[in-house]
Amino acid sequence: MSIVDRLNQSLRKIPTWTIYIVGTAWVVWLFYLAATNRMGPEPINALEREYGELGLKLIVLGLMVTPLRKFTGLNLMKFRRAIGVTAFFVVLAHFLVWALLDVGTIGRGWTEIVKRPYVTVGMASFVMLIPLALTSNNLSIRKLGGATWRKLHKLTYPVALFAVVHYLWLVKGFQIEPFVYLILVIVLLALRQSLPNWRATSAKRTA
Amino acid sequence: GAIGLAGGAQAQDALEPNTLEEIRSYNNYYEFGTGKEDPAQNAHNLDTSDWSVKVDGLVDNPGDYALADLLDGLSVEERIYRFRCVEAWSMVVPWNGIELADILSKVGVQETAKYVAFETVVQPDNMIGVQRRVLDFPYVEGLRLDEAMHPLTIMATGLYDEPLANQNGAPIRLVVPWKYGFKSIKSIVRITLTDQEPPTSWNKANAREYGFYSNVNPTVDHPRWSQATERLIGGGLFAGRQDTLMFNGYPEVASLYEGMDLSVDI
Repeated sequence: MSIVDRLNQSLRKIPTWTIYIVGTAWVVWLFYLAATNRMGPEPINALEREYGELGLKLIVLGLMVTPLRKFTGLNLMKFRRAIGVTAFFVVLAHFLVWALLDVGTIGRGWTEIVKRPYVTVGMASFVMLIPLALTSNNLSIRKLGGATWRKLHKLTYPVALFAVVHYLWLVKGFQIEPFVYLILVIVLLALRQSLPNWRATSAKRTA
Repeated sequence: GAIGLAGGAQAQDALEPNTLEEIRSYNNYYEFGTGKEDPAQNAHNLDTSDWSVKVDGLVDNPGDYALADLLDGLSVEERIYRFRCVEAWSMVVPWNGIELADILSKVGVQETAKYVAFETVVQPDNMIGVQRRVLDFPYVEGLRLDEAMHPLTIMATGLYDEPLANQNGAPIRLVVPWKYGFKSIKSIVRITLTDQEPPTSWNKANAREYGFYSNVNPTVDHPRWSQATERLIGGGLFAGRQDTLMFNGYPEVASLYEGMDLSVDI
């Protein structure tokens, strides 16, 4: 049995709610560190960034599920919904820290959203996540129908792109991390574009 | 000289300085990485032994000065200043330093000089951020001569009566309290008097966002974020923001900019 098969076998034994538990614990832990001054002398910005980066990581992880299965056989499909929903909650936490603890007032927050392109883009990414989180359940899939649901959930692509642009736009000078995420997201989206072809050719090959 | 502190000692005493730990652990010093904690982690590699400062350009006594010689005979004062970063956070720092005017008088500024340019050391083997080319190093900064001669402008060699930690710009750095922090260039190895406005690092990187003057000004926003408010370091997660003051609370410098439109000359 290959390593991937063995991995898949052990993954099958892990219940999906583990993702929610770990995600929640992580968010609470980070908040605890910030609230007790263990995240450096400026915890507001530190916590904002921790949540933001964790949210982006989960979004990227969610985008990796399909290509990972296609190209390596590693099957994380049953965790994909949990990864996506957790990403939403982490991004919500990121938004709340920004809105309530950083800018502080609704007026100031609104001005920032309207006036600052990097905030606008981040906000757009967050807003697009909302319908995705709301419809991440079997009932919604049934009500919307598979095709409509899949179409709606293609919003994940602009969500990821906007999130990376948000990151790129807020750093000062030339910094490497946001570019790493940009390349990762572009590759992951490009892979999706070529997936049907790839499947078609491999199907031809087996035929 | 001791006359310096316009605004009075009272204003200085009213400020509650941040802790040494805070001042040493939250820094921007891109030669040591872009994270706020990177300089504290990486700056120990900086070699500050046998430090000398090259003084050149329009001066009577140019040369390579050993640091001790440059400062010899000049008085070190404590200055408790607000420190406002362009990223909209701030601190209060009890600097120990010498008025830049005293140093400039010592080297003899020629009449034709209009600006002072500064340069930070580059030690590629000791500065991991230099290889990453986040900015075009060496880091350079500059002041107009009248800004440089203002009694509020100091060259700091310590804080809390201790020598500067490397991440704070050891062994000698500029402190211009009414300007955004990036103007207060660290670990200085060269001071040049010139008649041309000198290039400055952040202006070279992004002229739209960082002007030559970069005075703290709550009414003129950075293109990407507001400068109206700031987070005071040390307040914790629930401290919120406080209003940013014009010239960072040093209105006595306003006369330097009379007749200038500060929304244009940023």
